[in-house]
Amino acid sequence: MSENVQVTTTPPKRSVPLWAQILIWVGLLGLLAILALAMKRSQQGIVKVGDTVKDFTLTTFSDDAHPAGQQIRLADLRGKVALVNFWASWCKPCEQEAPDLEAAWRAYKDSGEVVFLGIDYVDTEPEARSYIAKFDITYPNGPDLGTRISQAFNRNMGVPETYIIDRQGKLRFIQIGPFQSVAEIQAIIDPLLVEK
Amino acid sequence: MKSFPEKVSRVTYHVSRFTFYVFFILLVFASAKTALAQQPTPSDDDVNAIAKQLYCPVCENTPLDVCPTQACAQWRDLIRQMLAEGKSADEIKQYFVENYGARVLSEPPRTGFNWLVYVLPPIAFLAGAYILYRAFRSWRALAKQAASTGTESPTPDENEYVARLEEELRKRK
Repeated sequence: MSENVQVTTTPPKRSVPLWAQILIWVGLLGLLAILALAMKRSQQGIVKVGDTVKDFTLTTFSDDAHPAGQQIRLADLRGKVALVNFWASWCKPCEQEAPDLEAAWRAYKDSGEVVFLGIDYVDTEPEARSYIAKFDITYPNGPDLGTRISQAFNRNMGVPETYIIDRQGKLRFIQIGPFQSVAEIQAIIDPLLVEK
Repeated sequence: MKSFPEKVSRVTYHVSRFTFYVFFILLVFASAKTALAQQPTPSDDDVNAIAKQLYCPVCENTPLDVCPTQACAQWRDLIRQMLAEGKSADEIKQYFVENYGARVLSEPPRTGFNWLVYVLPPIAFLAGAYILYRAFRSWRALAKQAASTGTESPTPDENEYVARLEEELRKRK
């Protein structure tokens, strides 16, 4: 009978050292914290209608009058209605709305109550200049250097996109895709001009 | 003594020869200047060598050298133009970062949180290798222990059972 007796000994349990366990947990928690921060940041940045638009400065394309370009700060436009249009020379729908935007600008520019800003989104300068000349665009236009301006809106999914900001600096209208007519643009801006 | 017409023709000969030399020298200088002013046109390979280190700023995850859009064609032309102007690859990449943001780089710049991209994979790999090493060691230890306690060899009861099983199988044949 003694032959059948089996000696079962449990092998000494080798556990991960405590310092390594702490390190692993700290690392994992740190990663989760970074992910949470990144998600919170991306959610916070999305500008919605009614939000105050984050300030940005547009440096316009240089011309004879402004060899180094003109600096236009959104915060300095408080008291006026601002139309911010994102476009690119490689964007075909942008060409569709370009004449309407220019016509609307010419209708408002003498009033001094409305400002149009053209933001050239990830484009090459020679082609952008050709585009401006082709559509005889006279309102200020400049490149979105380092995509900082589109990041200020943080919802730029493509071009064209247009944001209309009221006199208090609050976003009042978002147009994804091209405007279809001058009347459509005026129908959005005119009510904002009545507000004080 | 030479006659007057002979003298005139000799002077004319010298003047025309001098003029020829002057024109020849001017022509040589002009050609050299033109050759110096023109940089060799960068080839598609030269352009793509830089373009493949960059990503299309508007399309998702598309390297610039294979991106088929008009926008990418414009950016490749821009690279060609900058190369023809004598700009280096680093200067061109810097221009793209300034204009379109760091996301155009195929390799994120080694700053701030971007370091995680470079540090985490090797750490994860080393941690995985360590876990595997420990697992193999513990399996080997268990196998050795099993061999030393004899649990692998059949017990007398099992021997009896096997013998009966073989007997049954023989009967069935």
